[in-house]
Amino acid sequence: MSLTYEEVVAKYEPVLGLEVHVELNTNSKMFCGCSTIFGAEPNTQTCPVCLALPGALPTVNEKAIESTIKIGLALNCSIAPFSRFARKNYFYPDMPKNFQISQYDEPICVNGYVDVEIETDEGPKVFRIEVERVHMEEDTGKSLHVGGATGRIHGAEYSLLDYNRAGIPLVEIVTKIVPGTGKYAPEVAKAYVAELRDILRSLGVSDVKMEQGSLRCDANVSLRLIGSDVLGTRSETKNVNSLRSVERAIRGEMIRHAERLNNGERVVQETRHFQEDTGLTRSGRSKEQAEDYRYFPEPDLVPVAPDAAWIEQLRAALPERPSIHRKRLQEQWAVPDKEMSAMINADVLDVVEATVALGADPAKARSWWLGEISRIANEKDVAIKNLPISATDVAEIVALVNAGELTDKLARQVVEGVIAGEGKPSAVIAIRGIKVVNDDSALMAAIERACSGQPETAQKVRDGHLPAAGALIGMVMKDTKGQADAAKVRALLLAHLGQSEG
Amino acid sequence: MTSLSRDDVAKLAGLARIEMSDEELVALSNEFTVILDAVARVQEVASADVPATSHPLPLRNVFRPDVVIPSLSPADALSGAPAQEEQRFRVPQILGEE
Amino acid sequence: MIRNSASEMASKLASGEITSVALTQAHLDQISAVDKDVHAFLHVDTEGALAQAAAVDAKRKSGEKLSPLAGVPLALKDVMTQKGIPTTCGSKILEGWRPPYDSTVVVNLKKNDIVILGKTNMDEFAMGSSTENSAYGPTHNPWDLTRIPGGSGGGSAAALAAFEAPLAIGTDTGGSIRQPAAVTGTVGVKPTYGGVSRYGLVAFSSSLDQAGPCARTVLDAALLHEAIAGHDPKDSTSINAPVPAVVAAAKAGNVKGMKIGVVKELNGDGYQKGVRARFEESLELLAAAGAEIVEVSAPNFEYALAAYYLIAPSECSSNLARFDAMRYGLRVGDNDGASAESVMNLTREVGFGREVKRRIILGTYALSSGYYDAYYGSAQKVRTLITQDFNKAFEKADVLVSPTCPTTAFKIGEKANDPLAMYLNDIATIPVNMAGIGGMSLPSGVAEEDGLPVGFQIMSPVMKDDRMYSVGAALEAALLSKWGAPLLSTIPALAGSK
Repeated sequence: MSLTYEEVVAKYEPVLGLEVHVELNTNSKMFCGCSTIFGAEPNTQTCPVCLALPGALPTVNEKAIESTIKIGLALNCSIAPFSRFARKNYFYPDMPKNFQISQYDEPICVNGYVDVEIETDEGPKVFRIEVERVHMEEDTGKSLHVGGATGRIHGAEYSLLDYNRAGIPLVEIVTKIVPGTGKYAPEVAKAYVAELRDILRSLGVSDVKMEQGSLRCDANVSLRLIGSDVLGTRSETKNVNSLRSVERAIRGEMIRHAERLNNGERVVQETRHFQEDTGLTRSGRSKEQAEDYRYFPEPDLVPVAPDAAWIEQLRAALPERPSIHRKRLQEQWAVPDKEMSAMINADVLDVVEATVALGADPAKARSWWLGEISRIANEKDVAIKNLPISATDVAEIVALVNAGELTDKLARQVVEGVIAGEGKPSAVIAIRGIKVVNDDSALMAAIERACSGQPETAQKVRDGHLPAAGALIGMVMKDTKGQADAAKVRALLLAHLGQSEG
Repeated sequence: MTSLSRDDVAKLAGLARIEMSDEELVALSNEFTVILDAVARVQEVASADVPATSHPLPLRNVFRPDVVIPSLSPADALSGAPAQEEQRFRVPQILGEE
Repeated sequence: MIRNSASEMASKLASGEITSVALTQAHLDQISAVDKDVHAFLHVDTEGALAQAAAVDAKRKSGEKLSPLAGVPLALKDVMTQKGIPTTCGSKILEGWRPPYDSTVVVNLKKNDIVILGKTNMDEFAMGSSTENSAYGPTHNPWDLTRIPGGSGGGSAAALAAFEAPLAIGTDTGGSIRQPAAVTGTVGVKPTYGGVSRYGLVAFSSSLDQAGPCARTVLDAALLHEAIAGHDPKDSTSINAPVPAVVAAAKAGNVKGMKIGVVKELNGDGYQKGVRARFEESLELLAAAGAEIVEVSAPNFEYALAAYYLIAPSECSSNLARFDAMRYGLRVGDNDGASAESVMNLTREVGFGREVKRRIILGTYALSSGYYDAYYGSAQKVRTLITQDFNKAFEKADVLVSPTCPTTAFKIGEKANDPLAMYLNDIATIPVNMAGIGGMSLPSGVAEEDGLPVGFQIMSPVMKDDRMYSVGAALEAALLSKWGAPLLSTIPALAGSK
């Protein structure tokens, strides 16, 4: 019997657990010096260490440790004075050593929290998500399954392995169980992942691109009858690769669990895979028989014992928390809630901020990004951030408009040209021959021509005989075919000849 | 006396990914009865107040700078591959799923 | 020429009396002559060795300043990677694998212009005390071809005793350098853990493995020690400190005023009569040379063997997981429709030998959930107790000594079906690995009852490796003046030997 979401939450309370894997944006891998650049030719970023050739040994990337400590601090964790790497043993062809170097009972960061605010029926409400641990590990290689009808693992005849990704530093952020979110569970989870993403981005430690897999979420969901203390059996949904999917996956799992429970069936403890197209999950490997990972301290690496001074130095350098930062921007810019939300939803807040930092007026910056640029993005059906236009470009255009050197209409043509790949605004102006009538340099050239054409008249002006300027102004206007602003020409001419009005 | 049955050994062989004949399983199970008795002696002195040593030397915080070092050429990387295709390691179909 | 010590060869090379090409060729000839009987080598790199020798000769001719051992040949245990040269670790699973990179030890050997003759036989993945566990057949002890040359580095030790090489590299996890040295009448040193880089040493037990020099004299071992030791950023467990002055110590050979501690628990019952006699004799010679002999006790050493046979198998069960037929090495059962899982299972069944499987399964058990604390965890605690015993003993003595092994070389096949009896060979060598300290074995004569060599073990504190060289050189000198000629000069001649 199929249930509605409302029926589910009327009877059951969801309990969540979220595991987020983040690929750090270090230059080199976690345990070797291979490059981490995304999208390289297969097996061009591999070495004896990340291919697990016999005899090779891992060495720890200091930047990865630093980034992990920063993450821990930003999530209000304690940083362990002593932590260790451990081997997690299991066989899988995408994992060259057949063990993953991870952390087990001695993770580097523990006991933190993240507060997220969501809109509820009773107005905005803050939910605290407790973070159990943040630990370091390494990514696996990528398999390409050949011969199956769908390119998926099932039915494939064989697989091709590329180990470029093997050994890229991963940080795993694990929450404690999250009860008490009721019907808001999917939204809270989405808000949590969004907040994490913003925090990680503000720290500059990861690209946090869910679509490229640099931020991946596993969502554990279980249900219990409202009022019960007993936890239900959980499922673990993997492959949740967008914020929207986090919400959909959890909602879908809640309904699936409730239907099984209502039908008197058991929920199976298993890994499930989220299907982006259907929004449903499908069963993966059953975890009925728990894996025995045989963790033990990694003997090839020595313990990590960050000294207090280092931790305090990193703490002092932490950027403002994104949620607080947003509130401050809103006040500074005096933006109404609705517009602030519009910027956040369109994911342009940081680029607007960058544009403002380059000197643009907040209102103008906002209106360009949310208006014209947003419109073009919609038209092209791409994310605004993926358009080839930067904060610098927009700031430059705003400045030209402010200086009266572009009209709004001309400015829109420049924006269009930049996005069309014609180059920076100055290049677009040049290529398209957008007539910037008040271009000082063009005017100055005309003024110089006039002065050298009539040196005596120019000298008169230099000597303080201002009425003589009229003849020179006339020549400039003629030279520019009347497109120049006469008042501006006069001001520039007088300045050029060392005089000023009155 | 600790002992491991044939089935215990079979389970361990599964974890260790080693195919074993019935004969081999039985033989190992018999040997382990003797070996485990010998090694279990460690428990006689391993009291709770003794700290564990996992590294023979008290080293800490050995890191390397985040600098890219040239990788192997793909030809070298794949030089030992039992099978390869499209500059990738070719392996038989993978059953399990992570 | 091949019966000289490495340092004698080095001075002849330096004076121009001989060339490295001639010296290398002489050793290649000896290998051709005797290795069919000894089987010390798994691979002989004739072309590479001669090319390297010719390059050293050219450098020397051009007046370039060369390192002390430049041009001297060496045998490399097949557990060390050398770019482009087969590296099997004595296992079928790596048959035909040619590493695309050099181990740090090999980088250092090449930097010192030491000529690498080839790869030596060993117990599969260094698991064993007799070299009988090699997938490529056993190595025979040159003293008596029906006997084992020790293990796991039996190939390296036998190559020295058979004059196939004056120097060799070994690795020592529980005695694999020292025990073969003892039973072949050669010198073998396990440096302080972290003294020599493990990068490129195919891991058996990461927290115990240590590469070191094998030679026929203490000075030769010291020269090779200095050539291969030192900090390596590629090995996180490598010690970032200057290499102890082992060559100076070996040259001086001074034990005056040194306190030498005899470990009570590593002597007595279970040690062969002739082994004990040679040990007592060596102690007398050291006392006569000016050392003070004291007795020390290490009550927890009796648990070392048990702890070792939990720690080493546990680590090996994980270290050897990478041999899975996916990226290199043997692949078995890759038929139509076979899965990666079944190919892994079949390859590991066929590719690993009996002892390796035994230890992998034991280690898998010791680490498995519910048993970790009782086995692996307890073994790590014993490790702490052993280290504490050593620390206390080193408060009373500058070095500790014992016989290297309880017995002389046994017959090939004699203990093959009794793993526990085999494991007892390492009873005196294992504590050193557990604590990460230095250990040396040098010949102290032959046992009266069987005429086979006996080893004398010297143990020194972490990074005080120079002390064991001082004691070793002093004892070697005293024994030499007693015997009138090196022990190996009395080894029976092999058929065809030069």
